[in-house]
Parts: sequence; structure tokens; C-alpha cells
Amino acid sequence: MAFFNKQSVPQDINAVTDTLQSTSHEGGSKEVFVHLFEHLQDGEVLEIPLGHINLPQFPPVTLLGITFDFSITKHIFFLLLASLLLIVTLLIVSRKNRKSKVPSGFGNLVEVLVIFIRDEIVLPNMGRSGLKYLDYLLTTFLFILTMNLLGMIPYGASPTGNISVTAGLAIIAFFMIQFSAIRAQGVGHYLAHLTGGVQWWLWPIMIPIEIIGLVTKPFALCIRLYANMTGGHLVILSLIGLIFIFHTYLVAPISVAFVVAIDLLELFVAVLQAYVFTMLTSLFMGFGIQAGEHTSHKTETEKH
Amino acid sequence: MLEVNPGLIVWTIVSFILLLFVLKRVAWKPILEALQSREESIRIALDHAEEARVKTEKILEEQKSIIHDANEKTIKLINEGRAVAEQTKSEIIVQAHQSAKTMLETAREQIVREKEAALSQIRNEVAKLAILTTEKMIDEVLDDKRRQQLIDTSMNKLPTN
Repeated sequence: MAFFNKQSVPQDINAVTDTLQSTSHEGGSKEVFVHLFEHLQDGEVLEIPLGHINLPQFPPVTLLGITFDFSITKHIFFLLLASLLLIVTLLIVSRKNRKSKVPSGFGNLVEVLVIFIRDEIVLPNMGRSGLKYLDYLLTTFLFILTMNLLGMIPYGASPTGNISVTAGLAIIAFFMIQFSAIRAQGVGHYLAHLTGGVQWWLWPIMIPIEIIGLVTKPFALCIRLYANMTGGHLVILSLIGLIFIFHTYLVAPISVAFVVAIDLLELFVAVLQAYVFTMLTSLFMGFGIQAGEHTSHKTETEKH
Repeated sequence: MLEVNPGLIVWTIVSFILLLFVLKRVAWKPILEALQSREESIRIALDHAEEARVKTEKILEEQKSIIHDANEKTIKLINEGRAVAEQTKSEIIVQAHQSAKTMLETAREQIVREKEAALSQIRNEVAKLAILTTEKMIDEVLDDKRRQQLIDTSMNKLPTN
């Protein structure tokens, strides 16, 4: 493995070669994958060309029996980077769009996305009253999309490939779904829905089932996004790992060809999963809103 | 890999909420407002275009009917002119016939008159000759008065034509 100039190869390959150097005499290819998984995982260092940066660490805080570690990790860094990128680009876009009546270039792209979310996701799923939540869904879509795409650039990492990040997003989605349902139906109707409309003595069974139903949706959102983003990276790293497992450069062209193909697929999946998360959140919110419109309509007809 | 880090969840939620509020202020509101105003202006422009189209069509229709009317008028005028010309022509022809007829008539009358005059003159001459011949035969000279009397009586005995 002396062919590798350690200074010029990317860090993940470096990690792999290090592993190989330490394990080749033991012959353990398992070790390679352990290190590859480490690359996918969150870490306290930020990999940059020619080295790494140690991220600031804070002592854990215990609150209500839960230990929170607020140390800046690799994924948090990219999470904040994604937020910053979004704020800066969208600020520029909105400034530019305000100046000229007809948007052009990147401003046009952002507008296309905005129109897509509004006309293809919010309006069909939630109706006109869903436009109140357009800000939230737009932010969700672009935030997830940016985080997904950050994993595509070298030295980057997808925060959405971390289950804690997707869990955080799903928790927000959960609260938005409940909030929109309560706002559309009123607290009374919302709680009445939890009973499933069955007789009172069945409530002890029905209410937990309904609550599980409410929790399952965001839970599925969380797992879906996490698994999709992790899966793609895992496939790419495994393909690169093949080169080191077979100890020959003959595998490299095949591996690289497959990696390019999977990269293209990943690019598609990055957009698709951002769309799916947004679309499903909007759909779940739409259920509550439509149920609310239904009940309010019913009470109105009863009044007449 | 599946262990959940509560700190990271909190980081995610906090940064998402902050992002939402910041973007709502700096991006979504102006972008959506610009979008709405543009859509409105496009809608108005389209309405105007439609109105203009309808107007143009109306004008075109009017123009067409004007041209049609003018055509009809022209045809009518031509037809009228033709009819008048036809009438004049036939009148002229009739008049010409008439005058030709009258001229013919007068000519004929004149001829008849001339013929009659010529005939009577011939008769006179013939009578005169006859009387002269008769005088020679009877060897008597008649005076003028008597001669005229004879001519007139013989003339009256002759058929008028």
C-alpha cells in the first residue's frame, strides 16, 4: 500500500488504507467494514483535505433524567452548515427576485421548487387552508434536500444519515401534524377522533391504538429517511472497500464504475427522499385538516 | 449506529425552528409575495390579451361586414346601371324603329303622291296628244275652252288609278 500518497487521497480512503495496513497481516477484512461504518457514523472530528479539525466538545448535561451531549459533532456541523447555506442562498434569491419582475437563473430554480411544493404537494393534499403551513413544508423540503446533498460532496456527510437528526425532524413533523389537526378540528373534535367513534367501554383499547397510529407515521418518516440516506453511502463505501479486500487494483475500474452509477442514484434518492418526507408530512397534516373541514361542515349543516 | 443521541435531536429541532423563522422572514414571505403578485399580473395580462383578442375579432367582423356591404352595393349599382343602359338601349332602338318607320311612311306617301302627280301629268299629256290627234283626224280646231272640257270629261271617265 505504499503506492498511496497519503497526502493526496481522500480521508475515507485513508482510513481504509490505515485499516488495511494494520489488519492485512492478520487478514481481517471485517476490520475494513468496521472502519467504513465509522466513516458513516457521527464523529468528533471534521475531515478536511490534508487532515482533520477537532470540533468543540461540551460536557454532557443531565436534564429530567436524560443526558444531553451538546458537543458539536460532524453531523451537527453539517446540519448548521445546511441551515446557513439555505439562509444565505435564499436571502440572495429573494433579494434578486425582488429587484427584477422575472426571476432568472438560480432564482428561477428556487421558484420552481416553491411552486412545485405549493401546487403539487400542499394544494392537492391539504387544500387552500394548507397554505398556512407552506412555510413549514418548504423549509422541511429544502432543509432535508440540502442535508442530503451535503453527503454527496467529498469530505461531506449527510446529517440525515443519522437517526437522531431524522428523529428530530420527525418529532417536529409529529407536532405539526397534531397542531394542524387541532387547529382545524378544535380540541374537542381532535380528542373525539382519538376514541375512534366507538362505544365508551372500548375506549381503553381504542385510545392507545389511535395514539400508536399517530406516533407510527412520524416514526416511519424518521426511519425511511435515515435508512435511505445511510443505505446509499453504505453501498458506495462497500464498493470502494472491495478494492482493499481483494488487494488488487484490477477491481478498481469495476468498483469506480459502480460507485459512479450508485452516486447518480444517490443524487436522485436525495431529492426523492426530501420530496417523500415533505409529501407524507403534508398528507398526514391534510388528513387532520380535511377531518376538521368535514366536522365544521357537519355542524354547519346541523345548524341550518 | 442506531443509538439515539438526545443532544443531536435537540440540536436538530432547535436549528430547524430557527431556520424556519429566519427563512419565513427573509425568504418565503418575499418569494411567495413576489410569486403571487406576478401570477396576478400574468392573470391580468392574460385577461387583457383575451379582451383585446375579442375586440379585434369584433372589429374584424365589422370590417368584413363593411366590405361585404360595399361589395353588395357595388354589385347593386352595376346591376342598376346595366338595367338603365338596357332600358335606354331598347328605348333608342324602339325610337329608331319608329323614326325609320315614319320616314319610310313619308317616303312611301311622297312616292305615291309623286306617282299620282306623274300619272296625272302623263294622262294630261296623253289626253292632249289624243285631242291633237283627233283634231287632225276630224280636221277641226277646237278652242282651248272646248279642249279642256274634253280632257276633263275623258279624265273623269278614266279609272282613278
